[in-house]
Amino acid sequence: MTSARWQIGAGALPRWLHPGAWWVWALGLATAASRTTNPLLLLLIIAVAAFVVSARKPDAPWARSFGFFLRLGVIVVVVRVLIQVMFGAAIGTTVLLPLPGIALPTWLAGVRLGGDVMLESILMAFYDGLRLATILVCIGAANSLASPSRLLKSVPAALYEVGVSVVVALTFTPQLVIDVTRVRAARHLRGRATTGVRAIAGAAMPVFEGALDRSVTLAAAMDSRGYGRRGSQSAAQRKGSAALLLFGLVAACIGSYGLVAAGSPLLMDAPMLAFGIISCVTAITWSARGSVRTRYRPDPWWTSEWLVAGAGILAAACFLAARWWMPMSLDTAFDPPAWPTLPVLGLIGIAAAITPAFTAPPIPATVVLARTEEPEWQVAR
Amino acid sequence: MIRFEDVTITYSGASRPALSNVNLRLDEGELVLVVGRTGSGKTTLLRAMNGLVPHFTGGSLSGRILVGGRDTATHPPRELADLVGVVPQDPSSGFVTDTVEEELAYGMECLGLAPDVMRRRVEETLDLLGLNDLRNRPLLSLSAGQQQRVSIGAVLTSHPKVLVLDEPTSALDPGAAEEVLAALQRLVHDLGVTVVLAEHRLERVVQFADRVIVVPGDAQPLVIGTPAEVMRLAPIAPPVVELGRLAGWSPLPLTVRDARRAAGPLRDLLVGHTPPLRAIDGGLGSESLVETTDLTVRYGQRPALRSVSLTIRGGEVVALMGRNGAGKSTLLHAIVGLRASAGGSVLTGGKDPRNLRGADLVHAVGLVPQEPGDLLEATTVTDECRAADRDAGADHGTTRALLALLAPDVIDTTHPRDLSEGQRLLLALAVILAARPPLLLLDEPTRGLDYPTKARLVEVLRDLAKAGHGIMLATHDVELAAEVATRVVVLAEGEIVADGSTADVVVSSPMFAPQVAKVLAPEPWLTVSDVLAAIGPLLLRSHAPTSGDAVG
Repeated sequence: MTSARWQIGAGALPRWLHPGAWWVWALGLATAASRTTNPLLLLLIIAVAAFVVSARKPDAPWARSFGFFLRLGVIVVVVRVLIQVMFGAAIGTTVLLPLPGIALPTWLAGVRLGGDVMLESILMAFYDGLRLATILVCIGAANSLASPSRLLKSVPAALYEVGVSVVVALTFTPQLVIDVTRVRAARHLRGRATTGVRAIAGAAMPVFEGALDRSVTLAAAMDSRGYGRRGSQSAAQRKGSAALLLFGLVAACIGSYGLVAAGSPLLMDAPMLAFGIISCVTAITWSARGSVRTRYRPDPWWTSEWLVAGAGILAAACFLAARWWMPMSLDTAFDPPAWPTLPVLGLIGIAAAITPAFTAPPIPATVVLARTEEPEWQVAR
Repeated sequence: MIRFEDVTITYSGASRPALSNVNLRLDEGELVLVVGRTGSGKTTLLRAMNGLVPHFTGGSLSGRILVGGRDTATHPPRELADLVGVVPQDPSSGFVTDTVEEELAYGMECLGLAPDVMRRRVEETLDLLGLNDLRNRPLLSLSAGQQQRVSIGAVLTSHPKVLVLDEPTSALDPGAAEEVLAALQRLVHDLGVTVVLAEHRLERVVQFADRVIVVPGDAQPLVIGTPAEVMRLAPIAPPVVELGRLAGWSPLPLTVRDARRAAGPLRDLLVGHTPPLRAIDGGLGSESLVETTDLTVRYGQRPALRSVSLTIRGGEVVALMGRNGAGKSTLLHAIVGLRASAGGSVLTGGKDPRNLRGADLVHAVGLVPQEPGDLLEATTVTDECRAADRDAGADHGTTRALLALLAPDVIDTTHPRDLSEGQRLLLALAVILAARPPLLLLDEPTRGLDYPTKARLVEVLRDLAKAGHGIMLATHDVELAAEVATRVVVLAEGEIVADGSTADVVVSSPMFAPQVAKVLAPEPWLTVSDVLAAIGPLLLRSHAPTSGDAVG
């Protein structure tokens, strides 16, 4: 028997994959998508994301967001095309639909209102919209594959305080919703209106007082359970490592944005990204050394995690390499329109990106994460 | 373990200290019960034990409090977290994470325990408190009793030397309360943990305590002693102790078991007497105030009520009992139209409550919810009363006059949030009663109430029933049900499993029988006052009771 550490795919013990691995995979896929306007490649990427999600999506409320992102993608494409039709500059010569246009003053050159609908400009807008939609779908895939609360649990010790505030906010929000329904129900019991401005104003008072009371109690409870115990580090050291981490994150963001956004020089972005990552790692190791805190059942980073994250990185690398050596294959000509081709490097990248559907361990089956009850009260309508 | 040396605590802005000159020594492995009226300084005493007073609340502390050798003046609560575990009064407000398992681990993560230790302790605690089936559940989806157990478990995992609990069983049904108390006792016996708990429901806890601390309030000195010593003289005592005082038993029994052994002569004395009937003056009203027929309510797929048929008439006081999550609140909500039925019908005052709005609703039925504060929106008591008059279409001053009857000591200019728990409940009750609804529903009215306030509530409910109101109260408080109810309905899994006169239902039930019934079974005596009314003069002749005010 191989140890659990090495087991991959359907034969592995059911467990949650490290949320970081899913995010690396999804961001890699998004990077790949950002490098191309080839509709065949983009649709393949969407298909891959959907396939992996359907293979490894848990049955939890937060996991239902993928469908939402798909719909959002459709809307993005439609809106992009509509904007092109209504305001975009005329490109090409193939008139699909002759429409009257409005002549604008010369100082508004470049902006157009109405006018003939050209095939070429619609194709351009469609490819562009599809690329954005694909990036969104990749983010949506990460959202539904990785539990947000598990991701927050994995935040490095240097960002622990921020993580706690987010977790507390996440628990407070549903509580607030319950409070609102409860107070509305109480208004109903007093024979008062439960809708309208006056009702909202009347209900706001008890709800906010309740929230305030609760935060004071929560602060007391956290304090008495040891939140913020002194570690071996001084306050200055803690602040220093937090600052270094934030700085590193910003640098890494700028660097990765450069990689994602086409057009900026690779030679500037790569060092920026590397520098950011090094700062982050330094800050994390530095603060981990002084922290008293430990983690309960941290998600391990085993072979499956390497394979999933690696698949995403490989996909991104293939597309980046393709852009370097054969840039034409990733772009589809729209003026004059031409059939998109299927570049080998792109196909290799996409084939790599689909492997998590087979290499990620199955998700635990018996877990019930969904809220099993509705809010306490239901106001009559 | 804990030493108070001449401790005086004064909150800023207060004219007199909340606690003055407290000297106290709690040893390892003791279970100490703290009793006292609401607002007497009980909570201050508890919170001083881990430094929340004064580090968190402000105010000044003179004297010295040592916990396991650490001075709370120099150690804020977080530096005492490995020694003292505090379970807050309202468990849900103290949760930091979102699922049961993570909540249990949170305290240990803060203390920096090794992962394998954490894992083991979480599993042990899940078993200890019977939480294993809930381990992955979101905390918000748990019932009140389950939340209370999680909240206790969450501090237990840190293996504190001292466990401080503020009314741990107030939201629990009798069964769940016994489980929690049994778990606490196991900690005291097996692990030598010192447990300090404040509780109003003495009948549940006094037999477990090694010592009792009475906090009299008004900065009076504390009374500390063994339960037997303290109970002999205390103005408030559980029914079993009151019965013992009445019958002149010595030593005074604290448990039903001891009392039963001493009760032979009393049972003989009671032969030939019958408990006073809970007859309703003027008899039952002929028309039903609410009638449910095969009522079914669902939450999504899960049925919360199954085929419940129930009729309540004027003059009845119905106690609705059952486990946490048995469907008690759901039934009350369905009667006021907050829940749609998925089958069967509800007729409240002859109409479907889902269609009742505004004045029609408040004149047909009134519900005091579990959190009475939800009903209160105004910033002063006066404004609240005026608003209630307007809502009910009642004459100006109606609500204020009602409140003066229910709670004479409430000050007009107070903010409703600053009232005590009991005063807030009575204000909410006055607000609801302003419309004179023939049917009055109360959801867990005695949660967090001290004995005097509870006695007041009992009087109020009796008077209302006499005046022809129909009353239904969902409650876990068996003593309250025994005092006031004419009829008891027991729900389990959303079904009615028992419905009958109070004596018929509770005497034979191990879970819902009041202490007096357990002592005097099989005869259907429910309360000390019933016994007193029947054979009081006989008893007074045969013994000299230890205390004249035995029955308050």
